[in-house]
Amino acid sequence: MSAYPEWTPSLIQAETDALKHKPGALLPILHAIQDRFGFIPQEAVPIIAAGLSQTRAEVHGVISFYHHFRAAPPGNHVLQVCRAEACQAVGSRALEAHAKARLGVDYHQTTADGEITLEAVYCLGNCACGPSLRLDDSVHGRVTPESFDALVDELRTQPLEIM
Amino acid sequence: MSARIFIPRDTTALSLGADSVAQRLEYEAAERGLEVTLIRNGSRGMAWLEPLVEIETSQGRMAYGPVTSADVPSLLDAGLLEGRTEHPLSQGRTDAIPWLARQQRLTFARIGVTDPLSLDDYRAHDGFRGLDKALAESPQHLVDEVKDSGLRGRGGAAFPTGIKWQTVLDAPAEQKYIVCNADEGDSGTFADRLVMECDPYLLIEGMAIAGLAVGATQGYIYLRSEYPLAHRILEAAIARAEAAGYLGDNIGDSGHTFHLEIRLGAGAYICGEETSLLESLEGKRGQVRFKPPLPAIEGFFGRPTVVNNVLTLAAVPYIIASGARAYAHYGMGRSRGTLALQLAGNVKYGGLVELAFGTTLRELMENYGGGTLSGRPLRAVQVGGPLGAYLPESQWDLPLDYETFAADDAVVGHGGIVMFDDSVDMAEQARFSMEFCRIESCGKCTPCRIGSARGVEVIDRIRRNDNRDSNLALLSELCETMEDGSLCAMGGMTPYPVQSALTHFPDDFLRQAEGEQA
Repeated sequence: MSAYPEWTPSLIQAETDALKHKPGALLPILHAIQDRFGFIPQEAVPIIAAGLSQTRAEVHGVISFYHHFRAAPPGNHVLQVCRAEACQAVGSRALEAHAKARLGVDYHQTTADGEITLEAVYCLGNCACGPSLRLDDSVHGRVTPESFDALVDELRTQPLEIM
Repeated sequence: MSARIFIPRDTTALSLGADSVAQRLEYEAAERGLEVTLIRNGSRGMAWLEPLVEIETSQGRMAYGPVTSADVPSLLDAGLLEGRTEHPLSQGRTDAIPWLARQQRLTFARIGVTDPLSLDDYRAHDGFRGLDKALAESPQHLVDEVKDSGLRGRGGAAFPTGIKWQTVLDAPAEQKYIVCNADEGDSGTFADRLVMECDPYLLIEGMAIAGLAVGATQGYIYLRSEYPLAHRILEAAIARAEAAGYLGDNIGDSGHTFHLEIRLGAGAYICGEETSLLESLEGKRGQVRFKPPLPAIEGFFGRPTVVNNVLTLAAVPYIIASGARAYAHYGMGRSRGTLALQLAGNVKYGGLVELAFGTTLRELMENYGGGTLSGRPLRAVQVGGPLGAYLPESQWDLPLDYETFAADDAVVGHGGIVMFDDSVDMAEQARFSMEFCRIESCGKCTPCRIGSARGVEVIDRIRRNDNRDSNLALLSELCETMEDGSLCAMGGMTPYPVQSALTHFPDDFLRQAEGEQA
């Protein structure tokens, strides 16, 4: 089960209409859509473009420019591993190798069970306590391969507890 | 009487389990029938002690850290609520911890002490004194105070803030803007985040003063999407400041207006560059603009705009409240006031150190940082973010001052200090610098966009010992082209870490060759 509701053209229209009056409204609109549906569907582009009197190319160009925006649905959880220098200094290169091996995916991919999407991030601002990762909206510091495994195990066992 | 206990809730404290410590404490206290009032304060910036638990006593606040939830029962047994010092995690009186006591905190004076969202706390600790004064002053007087303080942009470029403000004040326009650059993307930096998460009204106050000084009625905080907690705290702080009359129409019944809105970035390092930031704020790809025109003349949607970093704006309330001279009294040469230094990477005692300009890296890394976390010898330190040079030991005695660093091909930048021990492979770090530029280039100019891609390839060939000498010459020419030909600092400064690695750590580029001969 996806953590997000299904998008529809009218819901995309509603998100666009709610924010289009703002100066420089495109990023706020894209954030609102991705926050709600988990990604920005290709079909949203013409709706947003019409709402802002911009071309589809302009809207597509913005979506593809920014690392944060995605054009395909993510897994139920997004896990970002910090690749920046402060984390490198305390072992993030080994941690990212471990994360890829453990999850069986590379960056920008989702695990086979649809649970976790792995992404790279360049600094979470937790630089005195690296290596760091962000799981959805929480940051974890001083992550070791063991604590990484514990975190991932916990994610995967939670749905069973609920059932 | 209910005991007042402080447990921080900034990103670092939370990343190390502060929430579970807080829960455990409430649970244990209830079990034991103890009355406690839990306050979720900001962080004092002593990251190595996080989560840092404090208890208020008649002698002041007593500190314990780093605390895990498992430590809570033994801490209570050992007299936590009385502030007793027998427990091994006891750090004594917080204010007396040497790491903290030796700092010169002007901007960060309140950070970690207060509940970040409490307006009463903020006012009780000198908050809004600057804004109150500013409301009664002329715009020119405010700009003059900032000029006289010697404040320079803390985001990295170090441009005199007062001059920028004067340009915006003098520019005729119906609408002007204050834009806060909160896209703190440099690795090794977290001072902006601490301000926003731990003392958000400080930034709000600084921006409102800036608005009064230049005649801007609208402000934007351009915040990176990697800081979700700062986003939540700032949103709440803005709402409370509006309700209390510190923002909006008719601030403090003065007739002045200043509205403030947060805009989220979307994971692009280049948007920390001021013109890319403005493009992004306008809803476009974050590509660099040609300068001139300067943003102070034609900024957000072509209007005069002050673009300042979080720390620059956060320094303003102190300057206005205490006077330009009080601020300018600190520092050396043309670098006045204090610098927020962030000790990061492989460091034993990492965190936020605010000191007057002029201290040395060695003083910071040894006397504050306590050496490396791994205990191995310190080998290289990158100062000023991913575009800053890697400094070898011979440069650790340089005083931190904009001009001194620039004269040695180094940058102070946003004050990030990333330490590496002797296990670091500097050829790998040089390669990463090029790779980072390749991933993050906005693509507008060729030297940065193509140069960084070729840079990765050339370094790979050098590391493979493939035509070493000619590839080294090629890399040096490529760096020159990027430095001279790029539109902005992204391409123009990526050669700094690369060339410093080559100059100071040449042996690391030879390792593979020796391996092959053996």
